[in-house]
Amino acid sequence: MSEAIDFTKTKAFLIDMTKCTGCRGCQVACKQWNQLDAEKTTFFTGEGYQNPPLMSEYTYTRIKFRDYQKNGENEFAFYKEMCMHCNEPACASVCPVGAFKKTKEGPVTYDADRCIGCRFCMVACPFGVPKYEWSKAFPLVRKCTGCFARVKDGKKPACATTCASAISYGPRAEMVQEASRRIAARPEKYLNKLYGAEEAGGTSVIYLTALPFDELGFKHVTKRPLPSYTWQALRLVPGIFLTVGSSLSLLSWFTHRKERIKKEEEQRASGVTPPKEES
Amino acid sequence: MTAARIIYREIKSYHNFVKFLIVLVSMAALASMIRFIFGLGVTTNLNDTFPWGLWISFDVVTAVPLAAGAFTLGAIVHCFHIKKLEPLVRPAIVTGFLGYSLVCVGLLLDLGQPQRGWHTMVYWNPHSPMFEVSMCIMAYTTVLFLEFLSPVCEKFGYHVPLRLLRTIEMPLVVAAASISTLHQSSLGTFFLIAVDKLHPLWYNPLLPLLFWVSAMCAGISIITVEASMSHKWMGQPDEGELLETLAKILPCVLGVYLTLRLVSLFTLTEGKLWDRPGLIALFVLEIAALVIPFVMLLSAKVRTHNRGRSTAAWLVIFGVVVNRFNVSMFGMEAPGTMYYPSIIESVVTIGIIAAHILFFVLIAKYFPIFEHHPETVDYSLPDHFHKTEKGHASGGGLGNEA
Repeated sequence: MSEAIDFTKTKAFLIDMTKCTGCRGCQVACKQWNQLDAEKTTFFTGEGYQNPPLMSEYTYTRIKFRDYQKNGENEFAFYKEMCMHCNEPACASVCPVGAFKKTKEGPVTYDADRCIGCRFCMVACPFGVPKYEWSKAFPLVRKCTGCFARVKDGKKPACATTCASAISYGPRAEMVQEASRRIAARPEKYLNKLYGAEEAGGTSVIYLTALPFDELGFKHVTKRPLPSYTWQALRLVPGIFLTVGSSLSLLSWFTHRKERIKKEEEQRASGVTPPKEES
Repeated sequence: MTAARIIYREIKSYHNFVKFLIVLVSMAALASMIRFIFGLGVTTNLNDTFPWGLWISFDVVTAVPLAAGAFTLGAIVHCFHIKKLEPLVRPAIVTGFLGYSLVCVGLLLDLGQPQRGWHTMVYWNPHSPMFEVSMCIMAYTTVLFLEFLSPVCEKFGYHVPLRLLRTIEMPLVVAAASISTLHQSSLGTFFLIAVDKLHPLWYNPLLPLLFWVSAMCAGISIITVEASMSHKWMGQPDEGELLETLAKILPCVLGVYLTLRLVSLFTLTEGKLWDRPGLIALFVLEIAALVIPFVMLLSAKVRTHNRGRSTAAWLVIFGVVVNRFNVSMFGMEAPGTMYYPSIIESVVTIGIIAAHILFFVLIAKYFPIFEHHPETVDYSLPDHFHKTEKGHASGGGLGNEA
């Protein structure tokens, strides 16, 4: 893929779900900045209060609601679902035309002009982020861009700008540090884990929560960077190609030679001198 | 008589089964037009959680190993030099060529932007198994096309290209085997990235190797079935004796596969294996469909018996097909989700299978595919003049071919 990127300096989101109020200003800001169409939805078509029910070609981020009881009272917990902007993105590694790219600024970008629409990125992404334009005859993939155009100009992404309380944005190392600081300061408030620090080899979105991740709908994801799973097989390709090619060539050279010699001997035995070679 | 009339008469003279195939293929062509007008969302049952369906599972992931007969047999005959099997090579090449051409058709339907298919050749991404497979498929379809040109040139008596094709025959066979090794295995590599998605019954790091070995089993079985069927239905010569030799090779490869499969399953797998009854059933089905023919083919009685041999070969094909569906479809379904193909998806896939049989029958009808018994033809022309048998050498190697 690309040249080495310093993942301590790439910009990352720190999303403190305990500070989220579920206002969904981030959803609106995302739609506005990316000029995404509205979706006609009704409440309770998904798993709970969230609306729209799922991320889609029109919705790059959404707040997932989880209602639970605490001290006998009903409470809400939230999860902001969005592209995780992995340090080593699976989508970028599997795309046959290299349409995805991890930028040195942090966001994983998508080049729609290259995309052939094979949907391998959707199969590969452990977080289920890339979505497809199912309604179109010649569809493309859509996903959160990390507001690369804004980040490049030194601005914060649209959702982080809008969010009043929960989203911080800055260099990844600082965000991780800040997260650990918050956990240390209020250990009773937070789950003592960061989601995104190690998931899929580390991502540019780091979550702090009060509830266990799986209860909020976070996916369980391997800690190993996903591209390494394919690369351990794919790196052998040139070697295998040469080995198979050369061993088969050698083998056939030997078998054919055996046959040629046999033929020549037969001819000699039958007493006919083969025509002289000229040249 | 106009050309259209001639074609019309010719088609009218076909067997009803062939006409039925033509209907199936036209229906698929219509259905695929609907896909291009209304899009994938309306015509297929795919969605964001299940982006690859029947067209990938069957038309690509399953069709490619089913077309593996060409490279397997090519290597057996020309590299391992089991020359007597040569009469089976041409039908295998035709099957392979048709198979791969139809894989391309299936892929073009499934891609969102088929008009950009050439992008893979321009924007390389060597980290992507899909990049590798698409390059290989393009290269290998070309190789198969060149190999397929031989009977075409023979049919029309083009001797110069025929000589050229003979000269590059061996390089083509070696290229075919190496390219196939790469992409057959890389189809398995596709699913290595689906770490927490593909069920542990199928997910393990040896997947590429397993795909390659099972592809060879499928290829050999397809050749067996095809030769038996074309003997039975198309009045082609009985190749039973040759198929016996193949039936000796098949259990060896199958044994290697089953060993690898079970060893990798029990030693290299992480995660819970036996937690979903539906998947366990599919797994048992898949393994049984491969173990039974393996045991069957160990007995000489089955190998020499036409019926028994065909049954075993059918079982192997079935087992490999189930395996590919398990990996690419059933095993990928998250618990609680369910994908089944839409009518249009099914019509297209049925049409692709029908097209395969149809074109095979037509090609066999018009081109010398089965009549090709190289032991009756002087095959040593034209490269080694001094090695040609008496009487042929003076001919200069041009045109003295049966």
